[in-house]
Order: sequence, then structure tokens, then C-alpha cells
Amino acid sequence: MEPILKGRGLVKRYGRVTALDHCDFDLYPGEILAVIGDNGAGKSSLIKAVSGAVIPDEGDVYLDGKKVNFHSPIDARNEGIETVYQTLAMSPALSIADNMFMGRELRKPGFRGKFLRQLDRPKMEKIARDKLSELGLMTIQNINQAVETLSGGQRQGVAVARAAAFGSKVIILDEPTAALGVKESRRVLELIQDVKSRGIPIILISHNMPHVFEVADRIHIHRLGKRLCVIKPDEYTMSDAVAFMTGAKEPPTEKNAA
Amino acid sequence: MSTDQNFETGLQGSSNKVAEFDNHDASFLKRFQHALHVTPSLVPLIVLLISLIIFGVLLGSKFFSPFALTLILQQVAIVGIVGAAQSVVILTAGIDLSVGAIMVLSSVVMGQFTFRYGLPPELAVACGLACGAICGFINGWLIAVMKLPPFIVTLGMWQIILATNFLYSANETIRSQDIANQAPLLQLFGEKIKVGGAVFTYGVIFLVLLVLMLAYVLRHTAWGRHVYAVGDDPEAAELSGVNVKRILISVYMLAGVICAFAGWALIGRIGSVSPTSGQLANIESITAVVIGGISLFGGRGSIMGMFFGALIVGVFTLGLRLLGADAQWTFLLIGALIIGAVAVDQWIRKVSV
Ligand SMILES: Nc1ncnc2c1ncn2[C@@H]1O[C@H](COP(=O)(O)OP(=O)(O)OP(=O)(O)O)[C@@H](O)[C@H]1O
Ligand SMILES: [Mg+2]
Repeated sequence: MEPILKGRGLVKRYGRVTALDHCDFDLYPGEILAVIGDNGAGKSSLIKAVSGAVIPDEGDVYLDGKKVNFHSPIDARNEGIETVYQTLAMSPALSIADNMFMGRELRKPGFRGKFLRQLDRPKMEKIARDKLSELGLMTIQNINQAVETLSGGQRQGVAVARAAAFGSKVIILDEPTAALGVKESRRVLELIQDVKSRGIPIILISHNMPHVFEVADRIHIHRLGKRLCVIKPDEYTMSDAVAFMTGAKEPPTEKNAA
Repeated sequence: MSTDQNFETGLQGSSNKVAEFDNHDASFLKRFQHALHVTPSLVPLIVLLISLIIFGVLLGSKFFSPFALTLILQQVAIVGIVGAAQSVVILTAGIDLSVGAIMVLSSVVMGQFTFRYGLPPELAVACGLACGAICGFINGWLIAVMKLPPFIVTLGMWQIILATNFLYSANETIRSQDIANQAPLLQLFGEKIKVGGAVFTYGVIFLVLLVLMLAYVLRHTAWGRHVYAVGDDPEAAELSGVNVKRILISVYMLAGVICAFAGWALIGRIGSVSPTSGQLANIESITAVVIGGISLFGGRGSIMGMFFGALIVGVFTLGLRLLGADAQWTFLLIGALIIGAVAVDQWIRKVSV
């Protein structure tokens, strides 16, 4: 099967720091791929390279087998790739609805939208509210609240809701549950399954091994800026995975064993 | 799945209603703080009303006449227009030190193109506006594409544009009578409409329309939301789908065009085209913006606030003059207001809302 999103020989250097070192990457249609690795292993750099947020110094990215050159996250978004970045990428002073529709605002129908370019606030607010409710983010009282007045977890919830609402081809989640409570984490995991059942593949970066082993179809283990190996969660234990990613144990020899 | 997540069974039957709380016990002060936080232009509006009342009480009908009040509007028209340009730039966490220079150069272009090259005034005005747009584009390009700091870019452009202005105009003033006789269009913004004792110049009307239009655009269009997002956190804006470069360039170009309009209005105000006029526009526009409660760190504040800020300066200037006070008192009070405005801004922001 052809990977839906593929990276080959990706290199990204920040000055003298090498974040990605000839890294390969494969995401297959309809799967949940977890990416795990130590802090600073280069996981975020990898997903930024495939989502247009950084332009790799070397290497190629392929979408549906065709080489793509994303120059900005907008390019990737236009291809249906939606990302929740670790930093969440939200404008603190703007409202939840404004943030959810940033860069794809809905305009009023007719004259006011076409010529006065007026935004359709009620519609955007309604959709935003629905998406948050789907995620179980019931503690958000006011959809016009500025994002800076939300708790860290609520903010993360809004970012996840935004990606889930708009992703049509690939959804990338960089530590989406790091700040979430028990209930909200569970909802995000359910949401991930839900998105998968819609046929959309997901990249999930997480340090939470139980979560990873629960939802992932395959686990990409990242170490020192490259893919060390890919394992299947039912063939290895969590402690094996941790041992591989920290270098305590040799990885399985065939790189694409899984 | 050895560590079975039994604790999650507690989730069954959890509430699925949007949280609601009674707000009736919120104190007046708390609600006031909240209102200030949500509507930043309320602070300058309140200061404006209070200063109007104080000067009204002190001066009576000398101040509270339609004539005096509309005189204030006329006197702040230029600063207000330039302040509108400055506001949009400062909302992106930038600053434009070249606004005054762009204004003067554009007015000189309008004048010289008419009188030196004999272009029809309509065309000369269009060239002046284009001149503002080009200056703004250069600013925006250097800031957005070359990634140079706005302060440095516009500091340099201020000198460059001003020098160009003096070199090109050869320091030559075009006299008011000549303009009135041959190209009255250039003085358009000086035309007056009288309603009773009130006098409105076209410049004043333009200012009000400009402020209303920008308030609408910033609040109700995607472009406006993007301006705020870029000022808030440019990296987050970029990651969440805003074309930051395009927004920055368009903002500086818009500022340039608005400054060119200010240049046109300047001809109406002083009658002549003078390359040495308008030197204080930079500092005065920044003053209006700051008193108007727009954060110099970007992303917060409203254009209405700037308008009130400019009016506050106008009220103080005229009020103190009518009181016979030394002009230095005006500067002293304005200085205090600037510091006060920033202090209030910090205080509002500390309030957890
Ligand atoms: N903008 C940047 N400038 C300089 N160095 C960077 C930048 N972004 C990442 N790096 C470096 O690249 C390396 C990989 O960082 P990356 O954020 O990809 O790690 P990560 O695997 O996502 O870590 P974590 O689990 O902590 O999120 C780190 O050594 C980091 O210092
Ligand atoms: Mg990371």
C-alpha cells in the first residue's frame, strides 16, 4: 500500500543543532500512527516538516505519492492536513470562535458578505460551540471568551476541536492530551477513534504510553533526529518501547518490521 | 493494557451540560473592570467626557459652544487621520515613525505634480496617494520579507523620505492663493460646512468616516481579525493559517495611503503646500494611539480609542488655551496622560476576567 504521507531523508538544522537527521517517515491510509521519543528527539520538528511549518533543509515530502513543497502551514491546510502544534498556535486576545476559524472565516451570505466582506459571527459561534460540545468541553461558558482567559487544558481542547473540525486528509496531534484532565483526555482518545472511523489517518505524538498503546496501529519510535524503528503495539510491551526510544535496548533489526 | 484505566469508569454519567453560573453577586467594580477589559476604548471615552465636563464648568459657554467644540475637531483632523494609520500599524505590534514624512512627501507630490508638471489636479492627487502606497510598501516589504524591526525600518525611512521631500521640492512652498486659483481640488479638505455655529471641514468628515470604516473592517472582516492575530503572536498566526507577510505588507501600505490622505487634508488645513510642515505628526499620532489605549505590544485596543485619544489632546489644548494657561501646561498634562494611560492599561490587564 502506498503511504498517504511520506517523508524521505528529511534534514532540519537550527544553527549547530540538528533536529532531523535524514529522517524517513510513513503514514498509511486510515491508520493511527503514534510517534514517541525522548524530549528533544525531533518529533515536533518532524511533524512541522511534513505540515509546512518548517521547510526542511534536505529531503522530500510526498502526499498520495506526489512530491509536495509546502511553503507554509496554509499550503498543507489547503491539502487537508490539519495540525495541533505543541504550542497550540492560538491568538490569546481573540475569541474561541475567531481562533477556530482563523484563516477560513465564514462570511455572511449575500451583499454584506460579498461586498462588505462581513463575517458571519453567529454561524461561526454556533459551529464552534458544537465542536466543543462534541469534545465534551462543557466547562467553557462563553464562546466569545478570549482564549487567554481559558485554562491550559481548555485551550488545548479548543485546538484539538479546531483540527478535528477541519482536517479532511490527515490530522496531526502534537501532544494533544498533555494538559488535559481525565475526562477530556478520554474524549480526545474517543475523538481520535472517531476520526479514524471517518477514514482519516492520524499522527499522534504523545509521552503517555498507555494512551499510545491503546489507540495506535503502529508506533514510530524517534531517536536522535531519525526514525529508529516502527513497532506494532501488540508485538511489544510498553517497557520495550521505552527501552528502544531511550537506547537501553537494540531495536528490532528490520526497520519496517511492522 | 496492563495498567487498566479503571479510574475512568468514574466518567459514566458525567454531566454534559454547558457550565452555567449565577453572576448576580458580581460587584459593580468587578463588572466595570470586565467592561473595560472587553471594550478598551471605554477608558479614553470616560477621560474625554470628564475633561469635557471640567473645561465646560471652568469656561462655560466659551468652551461649550458648537463653534469651540467643532474647532477641536478641526484641530485634531490631521493628527486623527495619521493616528488612524498609526493605529493599524501598532495593532500589528509594529510602529511607523515615517508617517509624518509620508504625509508631507505625498502633499508635496500632489502640489508639485500639479504646478511643476501641469498635471490635472485629480491625477496629481492620485499620484500623491500612490506615493504614500509605495512608501508604505517599502516599509512593509522590509519588515515582512527582510524581517527587519519596524522601529529601525521606519526610523530609516523617515530620514530617507524627508530628505527626498526636501531634495525634490527644493524647499519650495506653493502659495495658498495659487492653489486656490489654479487647483482648488488640492484644498478640498479645507472646505467647510456650517450647521448653526458648528463648523465642519471636509477633513473632519473624512476623519470620522475613516475611523468608522476602519472600526468596521478591523472588527467585522477576516483581514481585521488577522491584523489582531499578527499583533498578538505572529508565529501562532502563521501556524493557524494567516498569511503574516501579506497582512504586514498590506497594513503598512494602507498606513501609507492614509498618510497620503492626511497630506491632502494638510493642504486643505494650511492652504499651501509646504515641505517643512507636519513635522510633529509622528509623535502626536503615537500620543493619540497610546492615550487611546492601544497597546504598543500589539493585538489589543481599538481605533475608536485612538479617536478619543486624539480628541482628548484637542480638548486639553483648546481648553488650556482658553483658560490663558502657558502652552507648556498642555504638554505637561499630555505627558501625564500618556503615562496614566499605560498604567491603566496594565491594571486592566492584570484583572483576571
Ligand atoms: N526553533 C528552534 N530553534 C532552534 N532549535 C530548535 C528549534 N526547534 C527545535 N529545536 C531543536 O531541535 C531539537 C528537536 O526539537 P523538537 O521540538 O523537534 O523535539 P521533540 O521531540 O518535539 O521534543 P518534546 O518531546 O520535548 O516536544 C531540539 O534539540 C531543539 O533544541
Ligand atoms: Mg515536541
